[in-house]
Amino acid sequence: MPESKVTLLSDARVHDAGIVETVDLAEEVSHYLAHLGFLPGIRVEVLRRAPAGDPTVYRVDNVEVALRRDTARHITLKLERGARK
Amino acid sequence: MSCHAPVLEPIEETLQTASTASRLRTVALVGPPNSGKSTLFNRLTGMRQKVANYPGVTVEHHSGRMKSIGRGDLTLIDLPGIYSLSTYSEDARVAVEVLTGKMPGVPRPDCVLLVLDATHMNRQLMLAAPVFSIGLPTLVLLNMSDQLEARGGNIDTLALARELGHPVALISAAKGVGLEVVPDFLVQADGTLNTHLRPVQLPVLQSPSACRAWASQVTTRTGYQSPTASKWTQRLDSVLLHRVAGPLIFLAVVFAVFQVVFSIGQPLSDGLGNLLANVGTQLGHMLPDNWLRLLLRDGIWNGVSSVLVFLPQILLLFLFIGVLEDSGYLARAALIADRVMRSIGLNGKAFIPLLSAYACAVPAIMATRTIENKRERLATILIAPFMTCSARLPIYTLIIAAFVPHRLFLGGLVGLRALVMLGLYALGFLAALVTARMLNSSVMKASPAPFILELPQYRWPTLQSLAMRLYDRGKLFLKKAGTVILGVTFLIWILSVIPVHGGNFSDLPSSVIGSMGHVIEPVIRPLGFNWKIGIGLLSSIVAREVIVGTLGTLYGLDPSTHSLGLQAALRHDMTIGGAIALVVFFAFAMQCTSTLAVVRRETNSWKFPILQFTYMTTVAYVAALVTNQVLTRLF
Repeated sequence: MPESKVTLLSDARVHDAGIVETVDLAEEVSHYLAHLGFLPGIRVEVLRRAPAGDPTVYRVDNVEVALRRDTARHITLKLERGARK
Repeated sequence: MSCHAPVLEPIEETLQTASTASRLRTVALVGPPNSGKSTLFNRLTGMRQKVANYPGVTVEHHSGRMKSIGRGDLTLIDLPGIYSLSTYSEDARVAVEVLTGKMPGVPRPDCVLLVLDATHMNRQLMLAAPVFSIGLPTLVLLNMSDQLEARGGNIDTLALARELGHPVALISAAKGVGLEVVPDFLVQADGTLNTHLRPVQLPVLQSPSACRAWASQVTTRTGYQSPTASKWTQRLDSVLLHRVAGPLIFLAVVFAVFQVVFSIGQPLSDGLGNLLANVGTQLGHMLPDNWLRLLLRDGIWNGVSSVLVFLPQILLLFLFIGVLEDSGYLARAALIADRVMRSIGLNGKAFIPLLSAYACAVPAIMATRTIENKRERLATILIAPFMTCSARLPIYTLIIAAFVPHRLFLGGLVGLRALVMLGLYALGFLAALVTARMLNSSVMKASPAPFILELPQYRWPTLQSLAMRLYDRGKLFLKKAGTVILGVTFLIWILSVIPVHGGNFSDLPSSVIGSMGHVIEPVIRPLGFNWKIGIGLLSSIVAREVIVGTLGTLYGLDPSTHSLGLQAALRHDMTIGGAIALVVFFAFAMQCTSTLAVVRRETNSWKFPILQFTYMTTVAYVAALVTNQVLTRLF
């Protein structure tokens, strides 16, 4: 079995999915994100990029949330196997 | 299993042990942002709070009597959406203070209606734990049951109620389904006041991760099936957020709005104008031929009806804004615009307040309460009045219809008038952009706050919601015409006939207003404005639309333009340079006392409104001066 890869959420490609490992942001930001579902152990899917390439739309808990690259690079994701074929 | 039966079981047990019943008075409506609290509030009270399909519409607490369900004795408080009871922004602080009885002037709620969006329970339930801990009788309302069912989700309300220790019911606030559970609950809650509720297992430490773990456990144990993502939302987004098509559609939508305001709105407005003119003439004949006829017909009727004719255009504009807000497209627009917003150093969250400033700056400035970062909030407040609010629409359409020829390009798709209008909107946005840039590089240097935006599922805007918006807007507009504008035109008329010499009124140039006009004329002459425009500008400091009423009155009184319509009178009296300079002036100037008052309140100081007024008026003056000087040399 291949080791599943940990990556920055900002580096994950569209259609990738994985489990959040860490969220390393200012207290008030991570608190807000936590209530949107960005918490360790929760599955996140990369849906699409905004027309300008940033922000990116993620699906978490059945809700679509857009984050800028600046924010997403402070979140790490353990990619699901088979995610990057 | 069926999800419809409202489950009130857990409370029934406690009901029997209830001792003396103290009277229930206040009910609080609590829930995460965009869970449909305001829609439910409107249903239960029969009132009309603004609702829209994006988070953060309610930033203040509102209250109303629960008349629609026959409980006019109870007050329902609608709170801003909150994710938790930890407070990071102004709107969340308001919610928590009301809920804990710390808000001065608001009674502590006796029971709680907790509204959660049934389509994503895992994160919505995170709020339930802290709300239950307050210890008030709580009814959990799982909203959007229609969407849950349509997309194949399932909730076992019976199991959930047992797990939570509070009654649970599935409802659809938008469709009015399942709401009969609310009066039942209120009757039972009345009996349970001052009694202990059945203890529930709640997370001890209410950190987000603990609440989340608890919520996940609850949903797993009760067999919650989350609905599948809406296929339509996915399909629409693949087009509307497409790399190339997305921004093009965005621009096309914005342009179409202006095109329709002209191509459909203008004929309607002209028709209404003719109608009002005829009514005025008829009414005039019924009045004695003396000063009273002059006052009522030439003064007030001319003034007020010259503003009233813009009602069709205002309503059309708000119909569009309503469709964009209710459908969920607005959040996508925010996503597309984020790149631009970032380049001027503004948080994407500022987009929604700024967008609502296109309707009116007052609610927009209040909506900035959702911005956590104090400096960004202040910057947004300071630039919001540059956004082209609907009060500018009357003077814009008046000048454009009078001075810009009706030309169509691209096979009739693109009109010159709509293009000029779009240009004026762009001008306001540009001023906001440059100002934000300046603020960002000097006083407002701040760490970049993150852009976090929820994209709601697309929904069909309901006719009822659109009709309500138009009704409210129309009422507001008519009310303003009947109060502020009527008052100002009355004053203008009085000032334009005094002093009275030997029983005769002064003629316009020798009246008080004429002399005032001639005093200020040298200041505005370089802008291409005559003294009547000057009086219009002075009167419009109250509110922007007032200028149209004032001009209607002044030109109606002037013998040389008396028989002409306002458009023709303006063409007779102004050059194209002056006319365009006038709309440019309005694009920038801070002609609105309500906005100044709300800025004073939200910033808690006179410094900012005074600064803002001075700055915007200076910019307006210089821009109008340049416009007039350049255009006069060109044409």
